[in-house]
Amino acid sequence: MTNYLEFEKALAEIEGKAEELRAMARSSEDMDVEKEASALDKKAADLLKTLYSDLSAWRKCQVARHPDRPHCHDYIDALFTEFTPLAGDRNFADDLSVMGGLARLNDQPVMVIGHEKGNDTKSRIEHNFGMARPEGYRKAIRLMDLADRFGIPVVTLVDTPGAYPGKGAEERGQSEAIARSTEKCLSLSVPLVSVVIGEGGSGGAVAFATANRVIMLEHSIYSVISPEGCASILWKDAEKMREAAEALRLTAQHLKELGICDKVVIEPLGGAHRDPQKAIDDVGKAISAALGELSNMDAKALRDNRRRKYLGLGSKGLAA
Amino acid sequence: MNWITNYVRPKINSIFSRREMPEHLWTKCDECGTMLFHRELSENLNVCTNCGHHMPISPRDRFRTLFDAGVFTEVSVPDPVEDPLKFRDQKRYPDRLRAAQKKSGEKEAMLVAEGEIGRTPVVVAGQDFSFMGGSMSMYVGNAILAGAERAVETKRPFILFSAAGGARMQEGILGLMQMPRTTIAVQMIKEAGLPYIVVLTHPTTGGVTASYAMLGDVQIAEPNALIGFAGARVIEQTIREQLPEGFQRAEYLLDHGMLDRVTPRGEIRDELITIVRMLMKEPPAIKGDLPAPEPMLEPVAEPAAEESPAEPAQDEDEPK
Ligand SMILES: [Zn+2]
Repeated sequence: MTNYLEFEKALAEIEGKAEELRAMARSSEDMDVEKEASALDKKAADLLKTLYSDLSAWRKCQVARHPDRPHCHDYIDALFTEFTPLAGDRNFADDLSVMGGLARLNDQPVMVIGHEKGNDTKSRIEHNFGMARPEGYRKAIRLMDLADRFGIPVVTLVDTPGAYPGKGAEERGQSEAIARSTEKCLSLSVPLVSVVIGEGGSGGAVAFATANRVIMLEHSIYSVISPEGCASILWKDAEKMREAAEALRLTAQHLKELGICDKVVIEPLGGAHRDPQKAIDDVGKAISAALGELSNMDAKALRDNRRRKYLGLGSKGLAA
Repeated sequence: MNWITNYVRPKINSIFSRREMPEHLWTKCDECGTMLFHRELSENLNVCTNCGHHMPISPRDRFRTLFDAGVFTEVSVPDPVEDPLKFRDQKRYPDRLRAAQKKSGEKEAMLVAEGEIGRTPVVVAGQDFSFMGGSMSMYVGNAILAGAERAVETKRPFILFSAAGGARMQEGILGLMQMPRTTIAVQMIKEAGLPYIVVLTHPTTGGVTASYAMLGDVQIAEPNALIGFAGARVIEQTIREQLPEGFQRAEYLLDHGMLDRVTPRGEIRDELITIVRMLMKEPPAIKGDLPAPEPMLEPVAEPAAEESPAEPAQDEDEPK
């Protein structure tokens, strides 16, 4: 069953009708609906193409947050072998919103770390909807450090609405944990490749995505604040999220233009959730290619490469 | 170095600091309600003489009382691209910038200066909450980098007074990218073996806390300063419970191990001198009000009485 987004309502109706026809035909032998159903299929395919050919920023936000979109866990399962989860920050707890561990990508050892949102009510709660607490960032720091000491490249998968706004999270130093994680990203002497697979929510994303190469899926987003949050502050009206999403320039395409994103991976038509296997494969290829590009760089070159990338972001702007 | 930029300009700053405040103007302390004469209040660094409540102070006013005899030289900050995203909410971003500039009399939300405190050469950055909530823009990133570079170049400690609501939304992802960018500035200071001291002032939240403001070698906060990552209202909505008294205040953070010290504004200068001189392995300092550093010999405390050489710039720069 497909979970349709609000802007896909017309599509849902057409696809529903086609399905209904076919169901009717299955129950009575003498009905031939195939011609009509095929016409509807064609209409749906055309509509899907039209809808996705020019998604507005707000629609991209919805696609990026789609509940059926492949999540960190799906990528790790499909792309990596011998994934060996490593848990805990050695200080307070294991934060399940961040998963990470040793794994192999094309037989080469890597450290993979990512935000996991969960895919049903139970797992969403367990993973805290992908909103990390300080322990999540501290676990990531620990894993990055481990990778660094053994010369193993780091791959991060970013998919978070943002860091968890909680009482304990604040008491245990949410800000400090994020700051240290960003600092760790910058100081690594091994390649760091980051993929924004869904939502790159503010500081919670920066903590993982301060990388040599930032790859973004076509309909993923990366933003200083959620469009809803921005709308309620600047427009004094959370319902103005469409305008805010537009103004924030949070799409992969904008980030590519600004030099923050290095590569945009095109998603299957209708979003990654309509063909997860294809989306995951293409992300895998992009990660391998990025790691390949970085494989000949020594520790200093890798650090300098990251520094240059971020230091350059004081003189960037979109073309007028 | 040029005599004019080094000595004439600072002297003008010192004259500013002694300017006459109209006696009939007073401010009501928003904590205890006491009526305070402006002059009395500004002489007490905008701290209520009755209850000790710390009111906002502009970086320029702070620098006038921080540096020996109020003498400092501004570190120039490269201009970023203005309005990089062509951001428009209910107002155009350039209009908001103009309004903030007019209101504060400053160019942007951070002022960087070099000078001496207790005869100890330092570079100091001060964030201005009255300028668009002190928000971290590309200019703020440039300012911190310029300060860090100057500190490294002159082998001086870097002291930063933070005050901000977070990254500047109107610069979207580029505002957010100042998190890694300023973290690089902090790394540069640390690699040079120089102290980086952060003084957190009210309020410091969001991406600013989650980057340079939490990465100090020593973390000092002013009393009752609000310091955190997420806003209290967002947290209350998320966890659906009331937050404890004093939550996210300096003393609360101190209790939770997130700060080294909470120090009243009036004692911060001496404390900075003590700490910085020990870290720099300098002998103990002479504290208190020091005359201007050499070779500026004229007594700056009574500018009216000085036998000053002709200084053409002075009259033009007299406060209006
Ligand atoms: Zn008071």
